Amino acid sequence: MSVKDKVWLWFHRMASPAYFYKLAGQLLPWCIVATIILMLVGLVGGLVFAPADYQQGDGFRIIYVHVPAAWMSMFVYMVMAVNSAIFLIWHIKLSDIVARSSAIIGASFTFLALVTGSIWGKPMWGTWWVWDARLTSELLLLFLYLGYIGLRSAIDDRRVAGKAGSILALVGAINIPIIHYSVVWWNTLHQAPSVSKFDNPSIEINMLVPLLCMAIAFKLFYLCILLINSRSELLEQEKRSNWVKELVTSS
Amino acid sequence: MNTRNPFIAMLFRDLRIAFRQRAEIMLPVIFFVVVVSLFPLAISPDPTVLKSIGPGVIWIAALLSILLSLQSLFRSDFSDGSMEQILLSPFPGSLLMLARIVAQWCVTGLPLIIISPLLGLLLHLDAHVIWVLFISLLLGVPYLNMVGAIGVALTIGLRQAGALLSLLVLPLYVPVLIFGSNAVISASNDLPYNGQLLWLAALLVIATTLSPFVISFALRVSCSYR
Repeated sequence: MSVKDKVWLWFHRMASPAYFYKLAGQLLPWCIVATIILMLVGLVGGLVFAPADYQQGDGFRIIYVHVPAAWMSMFVYMVMAVNSAIFLIWHIKLSDIVARSSAIIGASFTFLALVTGSIWGKPMWGTWWVWDARLTSELLLLFLYLGYIGLRSAIDDRRVAGKAGSILALVGAINIPIIHYSVVWWNTLHQAPSVSKFDNPSIEINMLVPLLCMAIAFKLFYLCILLINSRSELLEQEKRSNWVKELVTSS
Repeated sequence: MNTRNPFIAMLFRDLRIAFRQRAEIMLPVIFFVVVVSLFPLAISPDPTVLKSIGPGVIWIAALLSILLSLQSLFRSDFSDGSMEQILLSPFPGSLLMLARIVAQWCVTGLPLIIISPLLGLLLHLDAHVIWVLFISLLLGVPYLNMVGAIGVALTIGLRQAGALLSLLVLPLYVPVLIFGSNAVISASNDLPYNGQLLWLAALLVIATTLSPFVISFALRVSCSYR
């Protein structure tokens, strides 16, 4: 069997609801444990061991929630858009479930990033809200998420809701870079990104390590919620299929 | 009527239908004028203030007026079943939908663009600034029509379609709003504004090439619902 065939086989096996339900159930405990460990390491490292910032004092420590949440807000939309494309092209229902479950989680991360950014802004900038590029594009991202959730919940039929939502997610994905760069171009006042320069990060290493721990912990947390959500959605969607009946009668 | 070219046929059909309801055509333009004339009442009749807020006010009023006129874009075709016939016809749905949007733009967007210099005068904008405002609306308003039509195609047939439509579409309008009003503000400060206008043109090209396909696909999905 060639590599291509193997990939396709894996793809189709993953798309099978029964297989995914079982796999997700096996993965879930590991994910939860890893999330808790990494989050503890990140929080203790960030709140206790990392030195205070020479300018912002202890106030900077909100970075350990704010920055991972902001990263996740974009990442989750990307997951949503990719899954929407897979759903539209190959009609894999599982992708639609992933996209739908992701939307609410992504909106929550975006909201969290906005709230923590605002709390951080109060001591640093002196106001709760500044019309700065990154805050504004994060706000617009929240609107995009809310539009997606609103559209899906307004359509009763599941398949139609999936298709319409997928179209909207893809249109949004094309527009996100345009919106982002137009807003950046419109105004920028935010401090320059200090972590993305990997060769020479302008952040101290014992501040950076907890941040990266938290970033991975947030990703795993998202995965946990996604697996839990998808499992329950799968059960509801497949309630008439044999594997769900067997599952219910055997337990 | 030249039925061999489906684009032209569709365009003339839509224009003829639109011109038989003249009062409805005027409504978005009247809305545009009324909204703009409310701002001096609410903020200040001071010419310097009006000069600084004018570009943004005109752009936002244009945006809302287009949003208002979008609601009826596919409604009658959808409710009487001709949308299915249009989509089932042997001609590409995207081409026919592009004709529909061009017709809609002629009826609602174009009058709004033509009347905008007058509103520029009301808000004390200088002559060369009004010219830039005109060009920016000429490049930006068709984008509003096309991207808005995607939202209409997705929400058609839903309860509360109006409120949902604005939530879906307004975030997507942000780039055009930024570049459009910023070009006018730059012009009034004697700064170069070519960059913003070129961005508007680029966005218009993207919207024209991609949105007809998305709209016809979204309409197929919406029509499969009932």
